[in-house]
Amino acid sequence: MKKIYLILAAIVGVFVLIIMWYVNTNNRFVELKGNATKQWANVESSYQRRSDLIGNLVNTVKGAADFERNTLTAVVEARSKATSTTIDANQLNASQLEAFQAAQGQLTSALSRLLVTVERYPELKANQNFLELQSQLEGTENRINVERNRYNNIAGDYNIAIKKIPASMVASMAGFTELALFNAKSGAENAPEVNFEF
Amino acid sequence: MILFQRASLFLLCFLSFSLSWGQFEIPSKPSKQTAVYDYAGVLKANEKKALTEKLLRYANATSTQIVLVSIASTQGEDIQFLGANWLSKWGIGQAGKDNGILILLAQEDRRIGINTGYGVEDRLTDALSKRIIESLIIPEFKSGNYYKGLNAGTDAIFEVLTGSFTEESKPRRSKKEAFVSLVFLILLIVILISVFGRRGGKGGSSGGMRGPDLMDVIILSSLGRRSGGFGGGFGGGSSGGAFGGGFSGGFGGGFGGGGGASGGW
Repeated sequence: MKKIYLILAAIVGVFVLIIMWYVNTNNRFVELKGNATKQWANVESSYQRRSDLIGNLVNTVKGAADFERNTLTAVVEARSKATSTTIDANQLNASQLEAFQAAQGQLTSALSRLLVTVERYPELKANQNFLELQSQLEGTENRINVERNRYNNIAGDYNIAIKKIPASMVASMAGFTELALFNAKSGAENAPEVNFEF
Repeated sequence: MILFQRASLFLLCFLSFSLSWGQFEIPSKPSKQTAVYDYAGVLKANEKKALTEKLLRYANATSTQIVLVSIASTQGEDIQFLGANWLSKWGIGQAGKDNGILILLAQEDRRIGINTGYGVEDRLTDALSKRIIESLIIPEFKSGNYYKGLNAGTDAIFEVLTGSFTEESKPRRSKKEAFVSLVFLILLIVILISVFGRRGGKGGSSGGMRGPDLMDVIILSSLGRRSGGFGGGFGGGSSGGAFGGGFSGGFGGGFGGGGGASGGW
């Protein structure tokens, strides 16, 4: 009789331990994922910052180089497309991120084309407003890089954590899926070269 | 033997290759946290001391930590990207306020970058950072005077943070500002008198407070932001001795997200 109680107690004990481990692991994943989505917000806001700058940039360039219609229109169009491509932070899957990256990449290349074209206009290069916009644009590209890099680090840690055995069992039971990461090699995503000769 | 030599040669080649192409390794957060880290050795001892004292005094008065780092080269990394990660790794600035600024100088690359924490990027904007670099720092660097450039640059940053920086014009303090500082000064004297008056009996405890330092703190704190600037200044002054070593309390854990600007000479 005593023996049965002992065995029962042991089973209950192990069961409790397993539940505790499950809860702990689950909570750790929640935290890791929460940090990643928080960082994603930073990524988005740095892209947003760039998008906000563009209106000003286009207006400034328009004044000095009105006949570069096509380049300007391309930037404006790419911008509106990039802002309309949004991502649900909780569903950061590969295809969504790819669409996001493609849209932003198009804007990046349109922007760099504009900035290269603009080099032909000396009065624009001497324009204080334009110079400030340019330095802001530089800073924004850097912000995008920094925040993306941080997102990749944080989401990468989460991705590793949910794949490790035995915690991966908790992840699949509780439905934690891998977060998509930024792919640095995607060509269109190269930052525009905005260094002019001063 | 020859095989061994070849293997070691290969290893050496491999190592030097990975060293020259690897990313720049940010040093771990130093145990003694001060304002100037001259890894590249661009400053003379007295210049380094002057800059350190100036920046520590400013930090004590306003809690805004400005750190100067010089390195030989970024090893191919973008100086702004490196700077942003460096600022966050060391946690320059106060946690929550994120009021840290890192000025990173790469001597051999001939580039300098100002990196701002999240909390100061609205005042020290990218455009202003760029202007400070182009109009104040680079001209001095071109003539080889690192100290003068850095000194002028940090002064301009102080001015930007207090809202009085305008390019190519000496800062002029308005009458209103002068009046406010006068009020602060009188208040401080009253407080000091009441503190020292009570302490009078014990005697011999004046070591911690020296005249000129305290005056600087008062002036700087009245220059600082109205909200909380005064409180910080007084705290720094009464703790005494803090100016000699490093930031009182060390780096506070501030964060930055890549704001600022860079330039080359």
